[in-house]
Amino acid sequence: MSDEDEFSAYQSLAEETEDHRWAFGTGFTDPLAGIDTSVPDGVDAGALAAYCLMLGDDALVYSHRLQQWMTRMPELEEETALANIALDLLGQARMLLARAGQAEGRGRDEDRLAFFRDEHEFRNVRLAEHADADFAELAGRLLVFSAWRLALFTRLAGSAGSAGSRDPVLAAIAAKGAKELAYHRDYAAQWVIRLGDGTPLSHDRMQAGLAAIWPLTGELFEAHPVAAALPGVAADPAELRAEVDAALGTVLAAATLDRPQAAALARVAGRSGRDGVHTEAFGYLLAELQSVARAHPDATW
Amino acid sequence: MEESQVRSGWPLYEVFLRGKRGLNHVHVGSLHAADPQMALRHARDLYTRRNEGVSIWVVAAADITASSPDEKDPFFAPSGDKVYRHPTFYTIPDDVPHM
Repeated sequence: MSDEDEFSAYQSLAEETEDHRWAFGTGFTDPLAGIDTSVPDGVDAGALAAYCLMLGDDALVYSHRLQQWMTRMPELEEETALANIALDLLGQARMLLARAGQAEGRGRDEDRLAFFRDEHEFRNVRLAEHADADFAELAGRLLVFSAWRLALFTRLAGSAGSAGSRDPVLAAIAAKGAKELAYHRDYAAQWVIRLGDGTPLSHDRMQAGLAAIWPLTGELFEAHPVAAALPGVAADPAELRAEVDAALGTVLAAATLDRPQAAALARVAGRSGRDGVHTEAFGYLLAELQSVARAHPDATW
Repeated sequence: MEESQVRSGWPLYEVFLRGKRGLNHVHVGSLHAADPQMALRHARDLYTRRNEGVSIWVVAAADITASSPDEKDPFFAPSGDKVYRHPTFYTIPDDVPHM
């Protein structure tokens, strides 16, 4: 295209900017710009660190599971969609783990927390680490996870009627993440409905996909001492159930699917993912996630 | 169209984006999708990843009627020598944008 072109697609899309590294579109914003990162008075810093670790680990581990789908998706367009979702979650993980490191005050940054902790130190729910056996499981698991996380982040972010988290950093991270999660939930719901209300085969496989992940959903709503130690900062997991159930009910009805009746995956000696007890598959996931960083500690490129 | 259906089973859609400061929707590319709603979401995922757009249109490629290269001369050549159709004899003030 010559400079003389009156109508350049790139020019008409581009923001006015001095930064020409980007083909078009800039105006990126730092979600934490201008926010005081000191831990608010009266907030238990140790519990805040543990809570941010839980939510950060959920995103980090889930993102990695989605990344494992790359090059395996049925369509190129879907692959990009899923990569975007994985990247959104990775961004949430970075901010939450960085916040955990700040609150903890032991000099660990997000990379140190992501790559140099062992399996029992991860605090993600077991739903996040589940390996999807097929596309229906992928869609069903993403629907449940994003509906739950959206309900959680909406509470942490606050709204006109509610205050949100007393930790301004957590509230800001949640406000940014809620917009991303609303899209993730929408994306997953589209596919659950398309498959559930599709052919007899797609319906059966979608129903089976939900059944496979359903035992992992109980843990999402279990009370935890860390959240209980952070009144006004953390959201009570039990409070999220009604909202999530309503969202799932709407999608399942449109998809002509039945809500699975499955007992929650048992705890191990009273402990679950939030306490560092994970499923067998988690060790393999973590090895893949961490091996490069551990082989070349503190490498940059 | 037929070729694309063989490749993917999904029809082709053309994607138009309006940038934040752009005035018009601009054609940015195409994609495959099962229906217009899916095409809109694919367009969001494929063409607005770098903060490009605030509005998306998708149009089934099969619904576009296009001029043919064979008709290039009858369609476009007659305007080539009609300089008086261009408003080039006016001075445009500097503070008038988007002309």
